[in-house]
Amino acid sequence: MRDTINIDGRNIPFEDGQTIIEAATAAGVYIPHLCHKPGYSPHGSCKLCTVNVNGRNCSACTFPAASGQTVLNNRRDLTEDRQRLTQMLFVEGNHFCPSCEKSGNCQLQAVAYALHMLDNHFPHFYPQREIDASHPEILLERNRCIFCNLCVRASQEKDGKNVFAISGRGINKHLIVNSASGYLKDSDIEIDDQAVHVCPTGAILIKRTGYQIPIGQRIYDHQTISEAALQQECADGE
Amino acid sequence: MKEFIRAAAQQAGHQPVRLLQILRTVQSHYRHIPAEAIDLLAGQLQMPRTQIIADIEFYSFFHLTPQGQYDILFSDSITDRMLDKQNLIDRLSGRLKVSIGQVREDGLVSLNNTSCTGLCEQGPAALVNGYPLTRLDTARLDEIADLIERQQPLSTWPEHLFAVEDNIKKPGLLLNDPIPAGAGLERLYVKGLQVSLDEIDRSGLRGRGGAGFKTAMKWRLCAEEPGEQRFVVCNADEGEPGTFKDRVLLNRYADQVFEGMTICAAIIGAEQGFLYLRVEYLFLHDKLQHILQQRRDAGLLGGNILGRGLRFDIEIRLGAGAYICGEESALIESLEGKPGIPRNRPPYPVTHGYLNQPTVVNNVETFLAAAAIMVNGDAWFCATGSEKSAGSKIISISGDCQAPGIYEYPFGTPIRQILLDCRADEVLGVQVGGPSGVFISAQELDRKLAFEDLATGGSFIIFNTSRNLFQIVQNFMHFFAHESCGFCTPCRVGTSLLKNQLDKIVDGHGSAGDVAELEALCRLVKNYSHCGLGQTAANPILSTLERYPDLYHNQLKTISYEPGFDLDAALDVARRMAHRDDSAAHLTQVEE
Repeated sequence: MRDTINIDGRNIPFEDGQTIIEAATAAGVYIPHLCHKPGYSPHGSCKLCTVNVNGRNCSACTFPAASGQTVLNNRRDLTEDRQRLTQMLFVEGNHFCPSCEKSGNCQLQAVAYALHMLDNHFPHFYPQREIDASHPEILLERNRCIFCNLCVRASQEKDGKNVFAISGRGINKHLIVNSASGYLKDSDIEIDDQAVHVCPTGAILIKRTGYQIPIGQRIYDHQTISEAALQQECADGE
Repeated sequence: MKEFIRAAAQQAGHQPVRLLQILRTVQSHYRHIPAEAIDLLAGQLQMPRTQIIADIEFYSFFHLTPQGQYDILFSDSITDRMLDKQNLIDRLSGRLKVSIGQVREDGLVSLNNTSCTGLCEQGPAALVNGYPLTRLDTARLDEIADLIERQQPLSTWPEHLFAVEDNIKKPGLLLNDPIPAGAGLERLYVKGLQVSLDEIDRSGLRGRGGAGFKTAMKWRLCAEEPGEQRFVVCNADEGEPGTFKDRVLLNRYADQVFEGMTICAAIIGAEQGFLYLRVEYLFLHDKLQHILQQRRDAGLLGGNILGRGLRFDIEIRLGAGAYICGEESALIESLEGKPGIPRNRPPYPVTHGYLNQPTVVNNVETFLAAAAIMVNGDAWFCATGSEKSAGSKIISISGDCQAPGIYEYPFGTPIRQILLDCRADEVLGVQVGGPSGVFISAQELDRKLAFEDLATGGSFIIFNTSRNLFQIVQNFMHFFAHESCGFCTPCRVGTSLLKNQLDKIVDGHGSAGDVAELEALCRLVKNYSHCGLGQTAANPILSTLERYPDLYHNQLKTISYEPGFDLDAALDVARRMAHRDDSAAHLTQVEE
């Protein structure tokens, strides 16, 4: 018999070296997440995938699966807290879904729907963040950045470059670009780089493509993020 | 500049792990890190410039824009504030005509706040170009302002301005009886490595940083872990506000601390050690280097220690202003030249530490105690203290008492006894363990200093009944929001939300529900944060809310709702643009 962990009463097999979220995804169990993406080194910063493992809160995307773990995931209290964490991501930036090109394809928005988020709850920070429209093909809209680090990892791990980094401390964190001017146009980013396509929100966009797919025909217009994620990530995992 | 950067990089052996040291050299020469220097360094060290910028923007002591020729940073700990720091900084700001947080137009002077500088018992304190100024008062500030206006070089400033005292008020088990240099290592080889480790185990020694992990277990786990190299790291990033005992230990007992590190190195099989020294203790740097050289000369460090073939040396690495680097995995990241962002665990540093090799990280006081145990034996050590907390604890006492300073007590000592010894009257409460610890009220003075009751890394701040509890809690919450590394959502956003929510209540804008909201937010930050900083950041609110709920509720307005959005303040930009400030240009948002 293979080793298993128990998630919400269900025994789920895992392989040595798998994290809890990897085992869960392979078994068709959705754990909400934003900074995690199969095939990328785990980061563990958004904390949406927090699950309770034998009484202790752990990030499912970094915590190794091990026999004897009793994991609580789909629970009301966890869902409520994940909703609060998502609301934090909304208020620290400037997110205006109705006018955002990414609406309907945005994981932040979709996760918020999945967690039944109906308002922002917390006072807004209204930070002043710089937009970088210098590149002919790519737009960097920092107001929508949630510091998931996926573009940083994509550039390093997939593209073999170092286009992005997260700089600053605390609430003053910001995304920076590796070029002498600090602008995207002077970096070595290219349109086919993974880093351009990996952003879960509308912070990195390809210009002149924003409305090619009409609202109403986008990913999360037809599926919840849990359905879409399991479909996509199970395929990625194989 | 090219030549200067080339030399700085060369001096650091072109090692990216020494980036912080290089940046410090550049910062002190150019008073900031110029863009050109960043590009040159990126070339010299073969690393992306973004990594260098990320360091500069992470650490408080690095800057992208020039600071003043005289850069003054006031320690903004609660103890400094209790000693009238706020009026003093305002006075200096007025005398030098420079606003707080600004550089004067002529570039001569810059003035700002910084987190606790570890001089709490001789504050108010400040740093000028990194060197401490103690016991500030109006006379001293006027003298300093004068020296600056006359552009006197720091080296010619009168020595009394820089005097740092040890203030050891009550030595105990360890402080009374320092070991002679080399005595611990001699005993180690007489007894043998395994027996020695067993002895440290039997002594019951637990980590003195506050968390209390068993020292021998940490050393054993590290020794048993396969690895190409092993490392010993001494955590001297004493950043918890109100803690200054490591400052004194390194000023007076450094030999014994280094000996403890060397004993650990022999046991675990490490050849390289690091002292990670917070940059606020820059003034100790040269003295510590000198002691290391003396130990090399005496055969207590280097290629053949005591003629036993043991190879071990210690390098001092300075921090650059980040409280989070006291967290051991953040410290290791910082040692590697990166921003101090705590790692995901597992794996733990004991298996994957510095350069992903097995690493022991211990507090200064832990190494000091380990060396003494080697000489005096385990029975000597555990004869003192309580059952679960063997030995003594060295604490830093500051705040409202007549004799602040360093005190050493057997574990198990009641708080009441400590307050008697340092002559504290009319006590409102004590912050034990610093802002991340707990606030205890005057009703709890029979509680004990011990891992099983009140654990502390060394901070012990006393408040008398004249103090305003909210000012204390606000100072602590602003500290955490400033020091959050920003890696995880609950701490990055949550500590700032907590700060704002508390300020709203204290400023009299809180209404029904705002305390409940504050409490819910505390729970969220505590339960979901990535590391100890976030997990303890809400403690100042939680521990005072638990003890003084009425204080919080009485602060609330009687109306049922007060918007978080300040309509009138939001109109400020419009008023400035329209050049008007008449009553019609103001709005109140709630009918009083």
